[in-house]
Amino acid sequence: MKVVNVVHPSVDGKGLMMGRPGYTDDFSERDSLIVMVIRSPHAFARIKKIATDKAKALPGVELVLTHHDFPRKPFSRAGQGYPEPSPHDKFVLDEYVRYIGDEVCCVAAKTKSICEQAIDLIDVEYEVLEPILDFEQAIGNKNVIHPEPEIHEMFPIGFDPKKNIAASYSMEVGDIEAELKKCDVVIDNHFYTQAQAHVMLEPHAVNCRIDYQNRLVIYSSTQTPFHIRRIISQALDIPMAKIRVIKPRVGGGFGGKQAIHGEMFTSYVTWKTKKPSKMVFSRKEVFESTYTRHPMRIRMRLGATNDGTLKAIDCQVLSDTGAYGEHALTVFMVTGSKVLPLYNKVEAVRFTGQVAYTNHTPAGAFRGYGAIQGNFALESSIDMLATKLAMDPVALRQKNMMLEGETSPIFAIMGEGTAGTAMTMDSCKLDYCLKRGLELVDWKHKYPRYDETDTSVKAVGMAIAMQGSGIPYIDMGAATIKLNDNGFYNLLVGATEIGQGSDTVLAQIAAEELMTDLKNVIIYSSDTDLTPFDVGAYASSTTYVSGNAVLRAAKKLKTQMIEAAASFLETEPGLVEFDGVTFKTKNNNKELTLEDFSNKITYNDNQEQLQATSSYVGHKSPPPFMAGLVDIEIDKETGEFHVLDYVSVVDCGTTINPKLAQGQVEGAIVQGLGMAMYENVYVSSKGKLVTSDLLNYKVPTRKEITKLTTEFADSYEDSGPFGAKSVGEVGIDTPPAAIANAVFNALEVRIKSLPVTPEKIYEVLRDRRMDK
Amino acid sequence: MKISMMINNDIRQLEVDINEYLVDTLRNAGLLSVRRGCDTTSCGVCTVLLDGKPVPSCSVLTVTANNHSVTTIEGIQEEADKLSDFFGHEGADQCGFCNPALALTVYALKHELTNPTAAEIKHYLAGNLCRCTGYVAQERAICKYLGVES
Ligand code: FES
Ligand code: FES
Repeated sequence: MKVVNVVHPSVDGKGLMMGRPGYTDDFSERDSLIVMVIRSPHAFARIKKIATDKAKALPGVELVLTHHDFPRKPFSRAGQGYPEPSPHDKFVLDEYVRYIGDEVCCVAAKTKSICEQAIDLIDVEYEVLEPILDFEQAIGNKNVIHPEPEIHEMFPIGFDPKKNIAASYSMEVGDIEAELKKCDVVIDNHFYTQAQAHVMLEPHAVNCRIDYQNRLVIYSSTQTPFHIRRIISQALDIPMAKIRVIKPRVGGGFGGKQAIHGEMFTSYVTWKTKKPSKMVFSRKEVFESTYTRHPMRIRMRLGATNDGTLKAIDCQVLSDTGAYGEHALTVFMVTGSKVLPLYNKVEAVRFTGQVAYTNHTPAGAFRGYGAIQGNFALESSIDMLATKLAMDPVALRQKNMMLEGETSPIFAIMGEGTAGTAMTMDSCKLDYCLKRGLELVDWKHKYPRYDETDTSVKAVGMAIAMQGSGIPYIDMGAATIKLNDNGFYNLLVGATEIGQGSDTVLAQIAAEELMTDLKNVIIYSSDTDLTPFDVGAYASSTTYVSGNAVLRAAKKLKTQMIEAAASFLETEPGLVEFDGVTFKTKNNNKELTLEDFSNKITYNDNQEQLQATSSYVGHKSPPPFMAGLVDIEIDKETGEFHVLDYVSVVDCGTTINPKLAQGQVEGAIVQGLGMAMYENVYVSSKGKLVTSDLLNYKVPTRKEITKLTTEFADSYEDSGPFGAKSVGEVGIDTPPAAIANAVFNALEVRIKSLPVTPEKIYEVLRDRRMDK
Repeated sequence: MKISMMINNDIRQLEVDINEYLVDTLRNAGLLSVRRGCDTTSCGVCTVLLDGKPVPSCSVLTVTANNHSVTTIEGIQEEADKLSDFFGHEGADQCGFCNPALALTVYALKHELTNPTAAEIKHYLAGNLCRCTGYVAQERAICKYLGVES
């Protein structure tokens, strides 16, 4: 391989560092109307009256929109394929507001300050209702968050809004209760995971204009341009053919930009007024009024025999989707489907639970997508089981974990809202990842703890994880490659570069197959008018699904080129060899360079535009695997700790671009460490978000991150492009359990709720001291 | 009100509001590399050099920069170009939203600290958040660029 599995600077890094315009707001029209939204000050309320007359009369105010202006048509902002596995439970604007930050009214005006003045002139009278802020009290509560009759599910997802249930699901393999009864050892624990905020550094942004064909052109900082086109069309009754969505450069997404947030408003304003409009979220709005990760309560029961054979796993989940059921079912299902197969040799496994509506900021897609929550519960439990069995936690894992060539019945049963897809692990180097990780962290000498002094101790902890590579039979990606005169190519993909490096990786795949230099492949992505379809950047699908589409298109184009070259060379295609630069015949010693060929076919002879489009939809979702091992130093008195090193050994198949793959893992590890150690969306007893800015919501800074050690297993996934699987999400899964396990190994303090803070550790230590 | 500012070695006369922040003035003046990432002076993506010193332009009232000199990445293209090669080879580029501000801060560091250690570099750059990279690749690239052992 020449271009793939080779370190290559990203195709866009230089231009972006040099400050070239590229992000959504850089493309807004200078005279755009500014669109702002009045947001609910109450966690749950009915709007009795909105007086907008004074605001409308203010010079410079263009539009004031309330729920009276929009058709009563529920939809889902989730940004998923169609039909969506999320309930249609949201109106663009509604008479009810369901969390502090929910949209009440929208203003469009000439300037920001006129907008702000107009907002001050709008009087909203609320009937304040009693909110549900404890997700464990939501189901069956007398207060119903979604009483409106129009809302519905697109297909059965266990939707029961009268009971505040957004989704529910249950599956069982074998007889879980009978199996647990037979076990020598059973452990049974409840784990809690918190809401986490994405904090992509570019806040959500969108701008719109009407073009000279009288069409609506939307620039959006999104992960799902094609879904936006569909959802805007359906929600606002704008013909789909009238909408073009362009995704420029995106300043980070992590799942938070899979959904649509400002697009409804700017689209409506521009469609109505025919004037350009824009919206750039404040950081507070991003925190308060977009998405968080779904908080969960997970009851995990494990049963084993005395020799450390895991026999049964029972996982019962309660998830908090907040005010709207976006990604409610699918995130919750991934808590089982991309976690429990790690231990595939059990006799019985059950996954069951519900997703509750509450009056919190809605939860949505977030890197890890349920797997990080489930991993914390399962991988903490495995260590606890090892303690109870007096067994080494690594040995316990090695005895029971997934190996290459094996499968799990869960794959066939659990999909994304639907049945799943059976598959065996054709590539699974988890055993290597674990072994290598132990070496790198020096487990042998450090486990469970080392370098103990009177005041501090160092310790190691670990976890293993898996994810998926796209959603089989659902996620489709497509690519077009065309040959230009002078012998270079355009690669057009629907796939969505959001900073993860997909433009680079996809261009590398095309260049490898066309045996050319990366600089000869010019990629353009995510423009609903110009590029073929792609579901977008989510579910760890881009390298695997879109990458396969690119590979197919390149193969197809190559065949066409060889056919055309054969006719120029007066021979059969089967007798032409192409090495990326020259076509050579095997029979009559003729040759033609690609450059001459491309010029000839463009200008002189049998002129034709050579171009190929291919698409790909997965028939399986080969999981990447990894082992994550952390080395910490902790204060024995206060429980304060810091990370000395985080070792990741990852099997993602071939790394198309090893450095970018490493960047995906390391970025995810640090985001996962944030969740493990301190990131926490904190809501007051009235439902108000306390962590609504970066002073109160702490993300890892470079000061806390001193060392990351990242390696890849030598692995090849036959179904992936040049052997690749996904790598975008798996990195985030291990830190919570690895940290909790390390803290236990250091002090024998088991923290079962995230984040694992010094305060929680200290409380246990203090109680322990008082007991003595 | 009318003010005068030297932007990237160009004297510019600008009409600004009294309560306008420098980040907005610069964006309105077409310097789109200057960005806003937060409301609380916490993220660093708005960093520009004011008389050569890195400042968060989201918290500088434009009027206070009257008769001062401002440098954005558009003004140090050659340096940014060089630094970006090191980023490219370390795989330190992701979404890139933080990069122009980071590059400006590195530029200031280079002129302010002589023979910095990796730890001093980390400390100097602490205000530049990045949510994508996990920092270590960035710091490897920056150390190599500065010829410092990481
Ligand atoms: S915008 Fe975040 S520090 Fe200025
Ligand atoms: S690269 Fe995305 S914030 Fe730094």
